[in-house]
Amino acid sequence: MSTMRAASLVLGKELRLELRTRELLGATLVFALVVIVMFSYAFDPTPAESRRYGPGLLWIAFLFAGSLMLHPSFAREHAGGTLDALRLAPISSFAILLGKMAANFIFLAAAEVILVPIFAVLYNVPLAGVLCRLILVLALGTLGLVTAGTVFAAISAHSRMRELMLPLLLLPVLAPLLVAAVQATRALLADPPSLDQAWIVFLVAFDVIFMTASWLVCDFLLEE
Amino acid sequence: MTTAASGSASSNSSANWCAAERARVPALSSAPTPATASSAEVSAIASPSLAVSFDRVEKRFGTLFALRGITLDVQPGEFVGLLGPNGAGKTTLLRVAALLSMPTRGRVRFTAGSRSAGARESGDGIPAGSAKKMVGMVAHNPLLYDDLTAAENLTLFAQLYGLDDPAAGVARGLESCGLADRANGIVRTFSRGMRQRLALARALLHRPCLLLLDEPGTGLDRQAVNWLGQTLARLRSEGCTMIMSTHARSESLELATRAVLLSGGRLAEDTRGADPRPLFDRLRSEN
Repeated sequence: MSTMRAASLVLGKELRLELRTRELLGATLVFALVVIVMFSYAFDPTPAESRRYGPGLLWIAFLFAGSLMLHPSFAREHAGGTLDALRLAPISSFAILLGKMAANFIFLAAAEVILVPIFAVLYNVPLAGVLCRLILVLALGTLGLVTAGTVFAAISAHSRMRELMLPLLLLPVLAPLLVAAVQATRALLADPPSLDQAWIVFLVAFDVIFMTASWLVCDFLLEE
Repeated sequence: MTTAASGSASSNSSANWCAAERARVPALSSAPTPATASSAEVSAIASPSLAVSFDRVEKRFGTLFALRGITLDVQPGEFVGLLGPNGAGKTTLLRVAALLSMPTRGRVRFTAGSRSAGARESGDGIPAGSAKKMVGMVAHNPLLYDDLTAAENLTLFAQLYGLDDPAAGVARGLESCGLADRANGIVRTFSRGMRQRLALARALLHRPCLLLLDEPGTGLDRQAVNWLGQTLARLRSEGCTMIMSTHARSESLELATRAVLLSGGRLAEDTRGADPRPLFDRLRSEN
């Protein structure tokens, strides 16, 4: 069976489980929403301040929400022993990882679809003229977040203090991605808006490096 | 370190051979039988099966030795009862055989064959990727998704194993474990016995030639234990190689053709070629 076919089966299983339990998306969405709303009331930013600090607040909300969402991705499989069932099947370890990355990407992207318009209203940031370019930045940043995050979720699932371990491992690794995503978003919200190609290339490079690294180490990641 | 099951050129042909030969079994069993053997026995000795060899297998977790130099040849069609106290290394040995855990040292080798012909291939045996298609495992934990239905669980694994007709495989699996009427029931609502039956159906979906069982009878009621015994007896008559870790009082051990006792990660006793019952009796009297 091809890796893509196996990954699509794992993705289908993840989506079905989430549709049935609604555990991940609900909690993630509420958490990120609370962060954005609280920052909005705490700082009461002017339009100029929103353009300057808003992208940082937005990506920090995504980052925290992502780490909250990524933890159960492997922890649930570990607790139920179902990761063994997947590993018993004649599919590559990378297919399992890829299926989970795709599912996490869909969940976080779905949360972003709801959160970004709320952010635009609360922080008085017009997005209409830059929407397509913003989607590109969000997609690249989210891909990097879930690629690295899924890898570290697999690592931390084996540890005893797994709830604490994931953010401790993940957040320092994601610091470069956060800087690049914030800078690229800030350039889009500036007056006049622009697509900062240097940061876009950085985001693409981050995604490619982590995807390649996860492909190289996937067998070791999923073994006990 | 030598990794599990590496090597031979005939990987796909070996994997397909198992399924193809299984499909041929009814024809074999309907052939004229000698007066001295039942048709079930004839089909058992002719059925395709898988041999597994552990060659000085060692498994370490940090400084802890779970397995120490295990050398063991399990022949096609054998039913091996794996015994030993807690922490003896039974589960680790089964996980190594299932390719879930890589040995720190030594190697595991799979060879296609049948009870009558013995191991068919020589050399490095069947590669790990192909061997996975022929191995099934039932663990103490059912390895099922609690929030999916019985049918959804089986469908997922039927597709992952690449069954030609997943729907038919699922229907057959649910029928065989007596859960056809609960196909759309969420697994979370199932009893321990029902989950274990479904777990065995999942492990048998792809008709494995080697079945690994890790204390499958734990927590089962009398009815479920009887069902497990009947299922294992049927699999044995079909020639499936089985390695089952269990305690000495397990009724399923009556089906075993060989007993292996582990202690402290070492192979302490092996009844190869001899009746395993005296060892079972001795262990029962010691407990």
